[in-house]
Amino acid sequence: MALLRAILVRLLTTAITLFGVAVIVFVVIRVVPGNPIAMMLPPGATEADIARLQMQYGFDKSIFEQFTIWLSGVVQGDFGTSISLRQPVSLLVLNRLPATLELSIVALLIAVLIGGTMALVGTRFRDTGAEGAIDMGAGMALSIPDFLWGLVLILLFGVLWPVFHISGRISPSLDIDFTTNFYLFEALFRLRFDVLADLIGHMFMPAVALAIPLAAIIAQLLKQSLKETMHLDYVTLARTKGYAERTVITREALPNAILPTLTLVGVQFTFLIGGTVIIERLFSYEGLGNMAIDAVINRDLPLIQGIVILFALIFTLVNLVVDMMYVVLNPRLRHA
Amino acid sequence: MKLSRRSLLKTTAAAAAFATVGLPSFAQAIDELVIAYNVNLPSWDPTVGPSAVNPTIQGFYQSVFDLYIPQNPDLSFGQGIITDYGWNDDQSQIWMDVREGVTWHNGDPLTAEDVVWSLTRAGTAETGNPIQFIWGKVANVQAEGNRVTADVKEYEPTFFKWMSFLTGYILPKKYYEEVGAEGFEAAPIGSGPYMVEKFERNAFVRLKANENYWGGAPEFKTVTIKFVTDAASRVAEIESGNAHVTLEVPYEEFDRLKAKDGIEGVAEPISDIGMIFLNDIEVMTDPNVRKAAAHAIDKQLIVDRLLSGYGVPIDTLQTPDYIAFDDTIKVEFDPEKSKALLAESGFGPDNPVKFTIQTTKGFKPKDYEMVQAIVGLWRKVGIEAEIEVYEIAKHYELRAADTLAPAAFYNWGNSVGDPTTSTGFAMFGPSPHSVWDGQDTFDMIAPLWGEKDEAKRIAGWKAVDRHIAEQAEVIPLLQYVQPILHVAGVNVVPHRSGALLPHLMTRS
Repeated sequence: MALLRAILVRLLTTAITLFGVAVIVFVVIRVVPGNPIAMMLPPGATEADIARLQMQYGFDKSIFEQFTIWLSGVVQGDFGTSISLRQPVSLLVLNRLPATLELSIVALLIAVLIGGTMALVGTRFRDTGAEGAIDMGAGMALSIPDFLWGLVLILLFGVLWPVFHISGRISPSLDIDFTTNFYLFEALFRLRFDVLADLIGHMFMPAVALAIPLAAIIAQLLKQSLKETMHLDYVTLARTKGYAERTVITREALPNAILPTLTLVGVQFTFLIGGTVIIERLFSYEGLGNMAIDAVINRDLPLIQGIVILFALIFTLVNLVVDMMYVVLNPRLRHA
Repeated sequence: MKLSRRSLLKTTAAAAAFATVGLPSFAQAIDELVIAYNVNLPSWDPTVGPSAVNPTIQGFYQSVFDLYIPQNPDLSFGQGIITDYGWNDDQSQIWMDVREGVTWHNGDPLTAEDVVWSLTRAGTAETGNPIQFIWGKVANVQAEGNRVTADVKEYEPTFFKWMSFLTGYILPKKYYEEVGAEGFEAAPIGSGPYMVEKFERNAFVRLKANENYWGGAPEFKTVTIKFVTDAASRVAEIESGNAHVTLEVPYEEFDRLKAKDGIEGVAEPISDIGMIFLNDIEVMTDPNVRKAAAHAIDKQLIVDRLLSGYGVPIDTLQTPDYIAFDDTIKVEFDPEKSKALLAESGFGPDNPVKFTIQTTKGFKPKDYEMVQAIVGLWRKVGIEAEIEVYEIAKHYELRAADTLAPAAFYNWGNSVGDPTTSTGFAMFGPSPHSVWDGQDTFDMIAPLWGEKDEAKRIAGWKAVDRHIAEQAEVIPLLQYVQPILHVAGVNVVPHRSGALLPHLMTRS
């Protein structure tokens, strides 16, 4: 009951947060320089032409009136029409969201795999040269931003040893009609391994570029937690029982040490989704981030609003899920 | 886990197998031409919305749709769907002959009715054609046989030139009316050399050759254009063999890559120019300051040092390809003259004249670096300019509101090469694209808009350009050169408009 109430309260605060984000974004993008009408003015435009265009796109009204009209549409699921793409914003962002989600999830999995392995190996070989090497590797991974990792990967696996695709999400020559925009999951579900291989070939470099900094954070934090746990009594007891060190780490220490990392992964996942904006651009990956950059360049205000609201919604939902998972995984909170 | 030789071999084999699953194909013979393009294609209707006036995407449109009147690679006007055209004797009517035997991509015949519908639609303000101010100058568009006529409401000397320019495309009346705007966006058809086979927004467009194209079927039967907006990625695409053709890479990379085996480069001037708008406010109302600023810039030095020699210095807003180009109009690099002019107004290296210059950074090749170099040259003669970096969107807004800084770097495209679409719109005060409000220039330009005598009209524009150069009302800098890289198996014909057109590409 208490859990249900907590969820309801959280959902309410989420709604308030989204409204706040909507207000801020709506006002800010109209205040900053760069009028979309000025960008589309033909050479011989007269004052009447400018007025007609402003009326056509609703920019002749006050910001408050524009916001009210937009919000009433949003409540009914209508986020307006993109100025540059001339299609409903809701359709555009929902079509793109799966690409970004798939990329982010794969990147997260890679980060957890690499970071977790580094932490476990570092703990197993703590206070040795191996741990030093892992710390050094993590430090290096953190000090280089993801887009630079992207360029390094393009050079290595795109040019010098060209085994992965440099741009796009899927090869244009592939003959497949997807029923959803979750290409990766759908290819897996339909057992189209040729398509799956092609999708991975496109996704590998952007996902790894996104994953590297997060993997380093996971490695550092999890290793630190594990090392602290390794001195606790129940771990010593397990060791006394004769368990192998590997078993002690994975079965006894890991379940307790993982909680702080889980929280961090949740928070970092939202940053990871934010990171897709640059990475998707670099790899010409047809996700939400790539579309966001175009929307900003073109001052496509309805599209910017739609994308930001969707990002905000994802961020709050991810945080909500992480909080719930924390409660489920932590017995002290679960029984409180 | 013990690391044995066997486990190491297994791991290596697994890694190699994984790494090759997504391996791109590197076919020696080019069956499917792949182009890494530098911009996205936002929308398929080439006659409405902001995309319609975006010069950088006209290459996509010209692959699928036909302009009323096409332009040859050297910007001369050719014969297209409109085979012949002109005015009647008293210029109260226009007439156009429509090519017979042309079909749309769906097999329907292209008729004079399609031309009538396209022109009427373009001239109707409600349809949202941004160039309606031109198309709306004719009315009562009618077809009789394959001849289309229209009444002239207001004489526009450049009317037929616009038929080769922005929004000057013929669309299929019957199909468009059947599927509507949304249906057309989802499945566009035209009469151009290629048909749209597959389109993934922000990713690629796959084109199939139109075997029935009136101008002859293109050589490459399938063309994939990938939208690769990042320059470093485009370099990697061509270097790795993933793309056969790419464009707009940094000049240093262009020189490096074209020296490699299997990659060739072509770099030709295009119709885009770099220039500095001067707004007649603050110190720019002083002709001495403007002239000093103009004479202090060594354009050739900038082209050589910053653009690796890829650029053509210009002294008016006309490039050598334009009809009103006059090579006798010169603004020499003369720093001593600049110093003397500034001294006349009480300025000098010890008492510099100060103003702000705005520029984009990374919007055009070396834009910011060029402005930095110019500011350095200015400093030597007694001009202290502060650089303000802004986004291109802000430039448009400030320019439309006539609130640009005293100096502002910009680029201007004019593929039809008419002076109205260069000097005219850039320097005529009432234009939303001009920040120059000088009465003398206004008085010289105003009568030229509707001038019916072509020779007199061009002579008039040349006089305007001379006046502008003498008064330094704008600082033209250079004509851009477009770098195109391609694999040795492809022959690329560059187009002066800057549009990269796959139907002009052949196997070499």
